[in-house]
Amino acid sequence: MVFEGLAEKLQDTFKKLKNKGKLTEKDVAEAMREVRLALLEADVNFKVVKDFINKVKERAVGIEVLESLTPGQQVIKIVNEELTELMGTSQSKINFSSKPPTIIMLVGLQGAGKTTTTGKLAGMLKKQGKRPLLIACDIYRPAAIKQLQVVGEKVGVPVFTMGDKQSPVDISKAGIDHGMSHGNDVILIDTAGRLHVDEELMDELKDIKNDVKPHEILLVVDSMTGQDAVNVAEHFNEKLGIDGVILTKLDGDTRGGAALSVRAVTNKPIKFTGLGEKLDDLEPFYPDRMASRILGMGDMLSLIEKA
Amino acid sequence: LKTKSGITDRVDHLLKSYKKIDEDLFEELEEILITSDMGVQTTMEIVEDLKERVRKEKISDPLEVKQLLMDKITEILEELPDSKINIEPSPAIILVVGVNGVGKTTSIGKMAYRFKSEGKKVLLAAGDTFRAAAIDQLKIWGDRVGVDVIRHQEESDPAAVIYDAIQAAKARNTDVLICDTAGRLHNKKNLMNELGKIFKVVDREYENASKEVLLVLDATTGQNAVQQAKTFKEVANISGLILTKLDGTAKGGVIVGISRELNVPVKLIGVGEKMEDLQEFNPQSFVKAIFGEA
Ligand SMILES: Nc1nc2c(ncn2[C@@H]2O[C@H](COP(=O)(O)OP(=O)(O)OP(=O)(O)O)[C@@H](O)[C@H]2O)c(=O)[nH]1
Ligand SMILES: Nc1nc2c(ncn2[C@@H]2O[C@H](COP(=O)(O)OP(=O)(O)OP(=O)(O)O)[C@@H](O)[C@H]2O)c(=O)[nH]1
Ligand SMILES: [Mg+2]
Ligand SMILES: [Mg+2]
Repeated sequence: MVFEGLAEKLQDTFKKLKNKGKLTEKDVAEAMREVRLALLEADVNFKVVKDFINKVKERAVGIEVLESLTPGQQVIKIVNEELTELMGTSQSKINFSSKPPTIIMLVGLQGAGKTTTTGKLAGMLKKQGKRPLLIACDIYRPAAIKQLQVVGEKVGVPVFTMGDKQSPVDISKAGIDHGMSHGNDVILIDTAGRLHVDEELMDELKDIKNDVKPHEILLVVDSMTGQDAVNVAEHFNEKLGIDGVILTKLDGDTRGGAALSVRAVTNKPIKFTGLGEKLDDLEPFYPDRMASRILGMGDMLSLIEKA
Repeated sequence: LKTKSGITDRVDHLLKSYKKIDEDLFEELEEILITSDMGVQTTMEIVEDLKERVRKEKISDPLEVKQLLMDKITEILEELPDSKINIEPSPAIILVVGVNGVGKTTSIGKMAYRFKSEGKKVLLAAGDTFRAAAIDQLKIWGDRVGVDVIRHQEESDPAAVIYDAIQAAKARNTDVLICDTAGRLHNKKNLMNELGKIFKVVDREYENASKEVLLVLDATTGQNAVQQAKTFKEVANISGLILTKLDGTAKGGVIVGISRELNVPVKLIGVGEKMEDLQEFNPQSFVKAIFGEA
């Protein structure tokens, strides 16, 4: 891969920085060039990269080189800290309503992994002793309802359906009534995939939101998404006010720069990650791991030792 | 629905704001190309090439840069081999592969509709026996278009489905057999090897058929699409690409980078979820679309 050499490149750059009292603008700029390229190749959005680099530069320029660290180590340390901070804290939990049922709605682009993730979440919540119910609100995609039924059956969670002739708003309302009368304390709504610029379908989500007042609206994002991730996240967040993000398909070999982009534009926590097609392939989000993954440096700390 | 917030506005704006062609202009141009997912390397190569031409041809008007840029990208895409789907002579078999959720099954439905409208006898094979309700999904597409779907139980052997479908295609004098496969990430060795089994069946049982192996890529995907194309090409004889979801705001610029590195043509593009939403790929119109002029 193009930037597998980032670690080495940085080390090369940093070798030139040895034995200086203070990091100059020029020292830092050279290192930042490599970091910038790595971030772009990892699909981090252009604007996000720009802001990030500026921030790191600001912190790094003029910094007094400590005795315990080389200048290079110090820059890497700053990059790592800033990146991890941008990724947010680990908040891999659902905010449960004090008055059950807690209503969770999953939204996102076509094929992002909403239906699968709905099943995964339900399975996880069930293991935690909850009594989830799934509501099938995708009336458009062929066999979407059946897919959710199969997924629900696999994790042993009931699925509320009304076919594909009713509106998703009506289905979600009826589903919640059903859940309330059946003692379900968590209700997950699977919605159809849609483009963020599809006004009509975005309005449909808004209508569902206004009607059922979900406690959590989770945006499901494919970790392989490119530069457009910011537009997608921005639109969904503006329209609906999302509460968190779930990043799917991280079992692939993508750098996953979309994570950083989405996080930066919405400022909402990435709550969970999908790591496979099986229904127990759901994991908490680890900001530090994501930071190293995006930079293409498996282990940032070992690098700091070598730098 | 189709708000192509074109690169074109940005390119135009940029070029108009410059009185002469200089480094800053090229740097801003780089930015614009990268935001279309073209990738850093491809972008830099394109920009280097532009600089060269500007210097050689003594071009001084910034406004002329746009056409040069469009020409350059078109040129890259036109270097690719023929982009027509090869289903002649009959019978033909098309295998559709790709990572999860990119639009394989939907594209198969759309292709079935297209070939049937052209008067061909079409048959579908439900080779995704893994994903929940994938078989039902293809069956609904088959019903919608009015073509049969050969299918087995969920979790059965995909190679066996393809085997049966080939026998059925032979018996029915089918013109085009289109086979769905389960989504698989290219970095999963065992899943990729499973494809080999399917190819073996096709080679053995349908030796005389015209063959297409189409890799479906999602236009929203970033640089990982290059990796997908490379790896799938290693295990499969990929003869063409289908680029889906071009109706969104993603520009699908990654395809330019892929074209540079791999000699595989884009054969079809997906521009929506309906059965008519499939088009032939045309480099000129694609470049215009990237630049917001379509
Ligand atoms: N490898 C991998 N595949 C996943 C993951 N999450 C979902 N998938 C797969 O991605 C594909 C799409 O998943 P779905 O759950 O159907 O996506 P969706 O967002 O509901 O799709 P639409 O309803 O069509 O918009 C399926 O093949 C899933 O098995 C993941 O974390 N890893
Ligand atoms: N907007 C848009 N959506 C598309 C397009 N092509 C497919 N889709 C949608 O993308 C989602 C995934 O499509 P599928 O055909 O199920 O994808 P797949 O590759 O077969 O998925 P798996 O079998 O789960 O790997 C569905 O919601 C489709 O309706 C397209 O060109 N534009
Ligand atoms: Mg779904
Ligand atoms: Mg499919």
